Amino acid sequence: MSDLLELTVAQAAAKIAAGEISPGEYFEAWRVAAAGDELNAYLWRIEEGNGYEVEDGPLKGIPVAVKDIFCTEGSPTTAGSRILEGYCPPYTATAVRRLDAAGARVLGKTNMDEFAMGSSNENSAYGPVLNPWDRSRVPGGSSGGSAAAVAAGLAPCAIGTDTGGSIRQPASLCGIVGLKPTYGAISRYGMIAFASSLDQCGPLTRDVTDAALLLAALQGRDPCDSTSVGIEGGILAPSREDLKGLRFGVPGELARDSFEPGVREVFEATLARIEGLGGEIAEVALPSAEHGISAYYVIAPAEASSNLARYDGVRYGQRSANAGDLLEMYENTRAEGFGAEVKRRIMLGTYALSSGYYEAYYGQAQKVRTRIAEDFTTAFAAVDFVVTPTSPSVAFGLGEKTDDPLSMYLNDFFTVPMSLAGIPAISIPAGLAEPEGGGPRLPVGFQIAAPAFAEQKLLEAAYALEQAVGFEARPGGEDG
Amino acid sequence: MTGELSGILEHVDRIGKLDLEGVEPTSHVVALENVLRADEPRPSLAPEVALEQAPEPLDGAFRVPSPQADA
Repeated sequence: MSDLLELTVAQAAAKIAAGEISPGEYFEAWRVAAAGDELNAYLWRIEEGNGYEVEDGPLKGIPVAVKDIFCTEGSPTTAGSRILEGYCPPYTATAVRRLDAAGARVLGKTNMDEFAMGSSNENSAYGPVLNPWDRSRVPGGSSGGSAAAVAAGLAPCAIGTDTGGSIRQPASLCGIVGLKPTYGAISRYGMIAFASSLDQCGPLTRDVTDAALLLAALQGRDPCDSTSVGIEGGILAPSREDLKGLRFGVPGELARDSFEPGVREVFEATLARIEGLGGEIAEVALPSAEHGISAYYVIAPAEASSNLARYDGVRYGQRSANAGDLLEMYENTRAEGFGAEVKRRIMLGTYALSSGYYEAYYGQAQKVRTRIAEDFTTAFAAVDFVVTPTSPSVAFGLGEKTDDPLSMYLNDFFTVPMSLAGIPAISIPAGLAEPEGGGPRLPVGFQIAAPAFAEQKLLEAAYALEQAVGFEARPGGEDG
Repeated sequence: MTGELSGILEHVDRIGKLDLEGVEPTSHVVALENVLRADEPRPSLAPEVALEQAPEPLDGAFRVPSPQADA
């Protein structure tokens, strides 16, 4: 049984297609593995005997852990919030339906920061997820449950959402692959909205090939989401072995003393590997990227404050039991149902959108967004990719940053600019590093960003680099 | 929370000092035209399905407390 769990999704799918293993046996092996979750990675898991009847397709029999932000008909969907406790949606998100149509099945729903607001998973109303490499540390967020499940062998693959780094950062902190596709590559229909102009679904997987396999099934235009356009030509399994003729841009503004020494070491070593594969390293300028965090923490809360107005205790979700009249019902429902971070962002958002402050905050942030997108356009005229560390540090300790929201926000420094520009970016594990302050070595992610809709090219480069890095380390195992 | 919010706003205030005169604001990164469909009725959620998750359904509607407590 355990041999089945060693297979990558691509390997398992090939064996299922060849009739060497049965989809039912494979799914059951993963169901048992998921039932052993000690990390609080899952909020809901499928029960025995379900999920074996599957469609024929490229993902036939593949179990997928799904972030609890995707609506799944008939099974609980909470978005990590108390206000949606017990909510069972009447329909299924397009992303999940597309996986189903390819033969995959939902294995469980994974824990997350409430409404995807957070970088550590500590904002979940259902308790934090533990990092499988060191249970005293965070898995990252907001797709922390999805990342931890894949890293700990509780799921073969997962999907999550990324608004400012919520796929890439937890993938980095858990030592797996996380891909944020171009905005518009995958339908957002049925994906509970946080910041609609930024939210994007993507895969969290053991390797780049599996990320490509999931993206191939997920992407596409959806009449239910008019901002979805899909990826022209689809996605194929990557096979590139070198990086000859490709140019990788390192932002000149990247103050290399702003990240942990261990992260810097792995980053420099990865640049050397790129050169070893025939790639060229160049410096690029992203002068506005340093304002990314400021712009992001205006735009995302502004959109969230509007999106979250729907949770009023009328049509679905929790309603406060302590209410004399209608206004009190609204107020108490939201006061009792939302956690501290969600309230903080709603307040920031409504403030930024309020008359008299609108231009100074929201208007200005939208202009910074234009500048950041232009920076990338200019950079991509000179290089094929832009590369950075995914996160300035390895996984930090539980509770370490909860008292200081701003330092938590700064964690997204390297991932937010790509989100604002709407371009695809992938994080791949590049090595292990000792945390500042000592302790066992932990995974470090390497981020590669590409122009809009250049996912195939991005996956090819990530694949070639992945083969050269040869990251074999596992949580709880020997340093590798 | 007041202190935290002030700290965040102080950080965010940095962009207020940038000279961005003449820069077009970006609300959306993908250039798309608005999409319209023909105004024809088509199936949607059945009323009983739409009401299934309601905290207090009543006779095919969503029941809420009175706008005025003593009305």
